[in-house]
Amino acid sequence: MSDLTLTTAAAHSPEAVSRSAPLSQVGLAGWLRANLFSSWLSSAVTLVLLYLVIRWVAGFVEWGIVNAIWWVPENQTQACRDLKGTGACWAVIAEKHRFILFGTYPYDEHWRPALCVLLFVGLYVVSAMRRFWRKELALIWVAVLALIGVLMWGGVLGLPYVPQERWGGLPITLILATFGLAFAFPLAILVALGRRSRLPAIKALCVLYVELIRGVPLISLLFMASVMFPLFLPEGMNIDKLLRAQIAIILFAGAYLAEVVRGGLQALDKGQYEAAEALGLSYWQKTGFIILPQALRLVIPPLVNTFIGFFKDTSLVLIIGIFDLLTAGKTAIIEPAWQGFGVEVYVTVGAIYFVFCFAMSKYSQSLEAELNRHRRR
Amino acid sequence: MQPFGLLFARALGVATLGLALALPLALPVAAQAQQAPASGTSEAIRSRGTLICGVTTGLAGFAQPDSQGVWRGFDVEYCRAVAAAIFGDASKVRYVPTTAQSRFTALQSGEVDLLARNTTWTLSRDTSLGFDFAATNFYDGQGFMVKTSLGLKSAKELDGATICVQPGTTTEQNLTDWARSNRVRFTPVVIERLEEVVGAYIAGRCDAYTTDISGLASTRSAQPRPAEHTILPDVISKEPLAPLVRQGDARFADVVRWVHFLLLSAEEFGITQANVGQMANDPRPEVQRMLGRNGELGQMLGLDNAWAVNVLKATGNYGEIFQRHLAPLGIQRGQNALWNAGGLQYSPPFR
Repeated sequence: MSDLTLTTAAAHSPEAVSRSAPLSQVGLAGWLRANLFSSWLSSAVTLVLLYLVIRWVAGFVEWGIVNAIWWVPENQTQACRDLKGTGACWAVIAEKHRFILFGTYPYDEHWRPALCVLLFVGLYVVSAMRRFWRKELALIWVAVLALIGVLMWGGVLGLPYVPQERWGGLPITLILATFGLAFAFPLAILVALGRRSRLPAIKALCVLYVELIRGVPLISLLFMASVMFPLFLPEGMNIDKLLRAQIAIILFAGAYLAEVVRGGLQALDKGQYEAAEALGLSYWQKTGFIILPQALRLVIPPLVNTFIGFFKDTSLVLIIGIFDLLTAGKTAIIEPAWQGFGVEVYVTVGAIYFVFCFAMSKYSQSLEAELNRHRRR
Repeated sequence: MQPFGLLFARALGVATLGLALALPLALPVAAQAQQAPASGTSEAIRSRGTLICGVTTGLAGFAQPDSQGVWRGFDVEYCRAVAAAIFGDASKVRYVPTTAQSRFTALQSGEVDLLARNTTWTLSRDTSLGFDFAATNFYDGQGFMVKTSLGLKSAKELDGATICVQPGTTTEQNLTDWARSNRVRFTPVVIERLEEVVGAYIAGRCDAYTTDISGLASTRSAQPRPAEHTILPDVISKEPLAPLVRQGDARFADVVRWVHFLLLSAEEFGITQANVGQMANDPRPEVQRMLGRNGELGQMLGLDNAWAVNVLKATGNYGEIFQRHLAPLGIQRGQNALWNAGGLQYSPPFR
């Protein structure tokens, strides 16, 4: 109402023709003025940063695009070496990209790991859409993971068998991360619940597990899995190196995620537990319908934080001789002809890691906003 | 907080107890693994149909996957040669990349049959780790790299020089010992990190850079103009690199050892990958015995009598392997020349 009176009142006076705000206050100029040049100090900071950004961007463009060499014939890297660092030698990526992506997997069969990467990405996308959040999703996961196993191993349907030590590159990173987190997450929920259990044996066991695993670095767990564990097995019996590393990663991720989940359980109001009990729900009904949905929702940011951390931590398997994406990149530049072009390879590998981590982070932001809509103030 | 603290203390107690119980259990198991009847190694390889070969995760010239993911290098040729001797097919090898830390367990636990991974032959590894070193296939050792423009011919001419070296390794000690016994005065420039020590040498802060010769060679080949640097022929420490197997299957160790000797003898008698077919008609009795025209040498090793022909067809002789993988890095034959060319590589007779 007050709006209305104001406009009618203003309409009476002659000079009240609605004027737009001064040019210096709106649009781009206004925004710049308000955010970047509001005072002498802020103007100075803006200019300095602008200078640095332009210099770096220009430098990168000059190095990465203008002076870069994209292709050299037959490992003749002399042209690249003559640049003396003034330009990038993307020829190393052109030559080695299939090794970096797929490691020592048989060259003629590279379509199989490539398809696996696509399947993984498809699986992530489908799982990310709320429309597919039903019981069937679990079946899809089982089916796709089985399909990935068939593709990677082969040995059936006319696909030649490929032993695990030849797997490498991006599929290894995705396998370690996906299986690692897929198995660690349920384990973490059980451990987190167990840690809050009233049964002393269960509680002690969970505390012991979490504290022991968190007490050692991942690298030493991987070492134990690869160096000590095989000595306990009878001769001739060997559990595959990749599987041992995978189990170590699952156990490690499980302990960390368990603490994150426990944080969510503790943040939940006691009234929720009491209300659930008052309804006469059993322990599992209470946990599954009332407690966990709320608790997990609360801990989305730290969960994703841990996920992203573990996605990158999988690169630690390099110390036990598994060729994940980063190790494959490092190995690609051992060949004498290509030595010294590490920056190009690391930039590329970094970009691949970034795409996955950034996608995870963006998705978690939208998920958080959507699930916590009722809490927004 | 109290229950937690109590629990934690209890957990720690249980953990310590567990470890204390597990350790003595673990040791006999480890020891057992060494003595376990590895007599099965040859049979296991045969029944599996492939040789499992432990290699490095990537070392220029010795073992590294190429752009298509195929393993290549000096050590890899030894895996291929042994597979060719056993199966007559050099492609029947599975390569397992091992790191410096995981290599010995991989061999002890039977994850690999043969470790061809530029490993220095030492007494303790030969005995207490329970391995058999087959034969030294590469004599490495500490050497010096200088700028070609200095025109040096020998390390003894380095009197008064500044020498770049990494600290904390035997490298530094070897350098001091060598300088003292040869009365060479030098100023050390000690730098911890590899890139920095190489950078200091390139920038001219020192006249020479010292480390193992194979390392010098790969550093040299990574430079924009490798010809500007020369690796001096002097070697001042012993690093005999040898392929090794588990103790217990002497027959398999023999096979690996004699494959190496075969490669040496083939070079000595001028048998190459290209001419091994015609060489079967060579009148020299040792060549006839070696290539299986005469006698039963192959069967004595438990192999097919054509083993030598298969190996040489697959890999060529020692000189050819060296030429293919190590010469491009600028590694000279030096101590790895045949005994009759002034080197240490010497094969017992094929008789």
